Amino acid sequence: MNSVNKQRVASLIDHTTGIQADEVHAWFDRLHALRGITMIVAERKITAIIGPSGCGKSTFLRCLNRMHELVPGARVSGRVVMDGQDIYAPGTDPVQVRRRVGMVFQKPNPFPTMSVFQNAAAGLTLAGERNRAKVEEIVERSLQAAVLWDEVKDRLHKPGTSLSGGQQQRLCIARALAVSPEVLLMDEPASALDPASTLRIEELARDLANDITIVIVTHNMQQAARVSDFTGFFLDGELIEFGSTNDLFTRPTDRRTEDYITGRFG
Amino acid sequence: MDRRYRFRRAKDRGMVVVTFLCTVAVLVPLFLVLGFLARTGVSALNWDFFTEIPGAAGEPGGGMANAIAGTILLITLAGAMGIPIGVLGGTYLSEYPSTRLSQVTRFTADVMNGIPSIVMGLFAYVLIVLPLRHFSALAGGVALGVMLIPTVVRTTEEIVRLVPQSVREASLALGIPTWKTTMRVVIPTAAAGIVTGIMVGLARIAGETAPLLFTAFGNRFWNWDILQPIAALPLQIFAYAISPFDDWHRQAWAGALVLVTIVLIVNIAARFAANRQVKLR
Repeated sequence: MNSVNKQRVASLIDHTTGIQADEVHAWFDRLHALRGITMIVAERKITAIIGPSGCGKSTFLRCLNRMHELVPGARVSGRVVMDGQDIYAPGTDPVQVRRRVGMVFQKPNPFPTMSVFQNAAAGLTLAGERNRAKVEEIVERSLQAAVLWDEVKDRLHKPGTSLSGGQQQRLCIARALAVSPEVLLMDEPASALDPASTLRIEELARDLANDITIVIVTHNMQQAARVSDFTGFFLDGELIEFGSTNDLFTRPTDRRTEDYITGRFG
Repeated sequence: MDRRYRFRRAKDRGMVVVTFLCTVAVLVPLFLVLGFLARTGVSALNWDFFTEIPGAAGEPGGGMANAIAGTILLITLAGAMGIPIGVLGGTYLSEYPSTRLSQVTRFTADVMNGIPSIVMGLFAYVLIVLPLRHFSALAGGVALGVMLIPTVVRTTEEIVRLVPQSVREASLALGIPTWKTTMRVVIPTAAAGIVTGIMVGLARIAGETAPLLFTAFGNRFWNWDILQPIAALPLQIFAYAISPFDDWHRQAWAGALVLVTIVLIVNIAARFAANRQVKLR
């Protein structure tokens, strides 16, 4: 990041910090995929991460809920602070981190053996929640929050995979919401969907941002411009520029950002 | 058309005919065996066969009820031992594919699959019959169970590996611990395929004779005590087939028919289970 950008970021952040990433490096075996990312995610805002394929944007996202380390040979260094706690501090249970930081993946991935209801309830039931009434209530609330309830309330016991692609993705969002995360990470959540479904996911993200912090990875710049409050531009494992979405798209401070958003590469 | 092309086309047709005939040749022995068994076996089948224990030597009549029950008990014992070990072992191989333990286990399972079944019988003889000083259903069950393990391990490994990584990630990202993800999400996703593998394995051991010769040993009477010798269909068939009595020969055919029918039913059930497997590709 250059100094103009740093100043601008400093003046812009008047929001509560949801996540503070500090010098985050990540490796796949010897491949150095993230080279010292320092970035702030504002609470109850949408932060978009854009950049060309292979720039490390998904890797960064997966560092925020300790999913990166699940890949054999993967390694992380640096600090990721939430509520004053470094989620990489020794003794921190990644399972607890993932309870607080939910994730939605690129391809809708409902559990293939489970019904719509069971999918939405999975985070609760697999964690041992036995109170049926409570589960039912949370499932309904989550499906409503994901704007899916009206479409599936009459077929809650059909397989989750019987829904359309867009509905499946909203089911996955409902499933993530059911465990009441503080942060929701979305890894190109609409890239496998048609334009109408994409729009619904974007509207949904905007609604959800009233209550939770969202980080969305996208290779679609229009999408980032439409939905996000802040945007970070990644290139070759580095954060090139970060700022309010409006600034980044209209007045980029770095030549490479400008080249990318004007479509000169990527 | 030039001659080269015509020659190549003729060669192509010739190969199709050869492969077709070979495919038919696969089916012929199977149907001959089934047909022959059905023709010779059915005439000796009657109600007594399923309800009576063997009669005195040389006297007509009697049945194989105790042997049918014995075979079912032996398979149950083998399953109780081989299924949990096989399924959990196979799951480990799939989830931790490149640990030293996995590599050794995979190789060992393949070797075990090729070990002659009589050796498994010897193994159970030394392990159980000698210390207990008499033949027993338990020893037979262990011999069959040990034979079941490698089949179940390998088929479970194959099918569990097909469960997409995205399913595991979905569960882990919900804050579900790895062991719970494996037990409650990954294994259920692969369940029908695992069941298919188990059934194929059970069908294979149901007809084994050699490992039972000096373990279960056979018994002319009812026995429900797993520490005592027990009758089994393959043993009974063997004993009757080498006897000098015509009625016993006919009963041996009937026994073979029943055994093959059991194996066939288990195989068909396996097919049904396979059809219920959720698509993994």
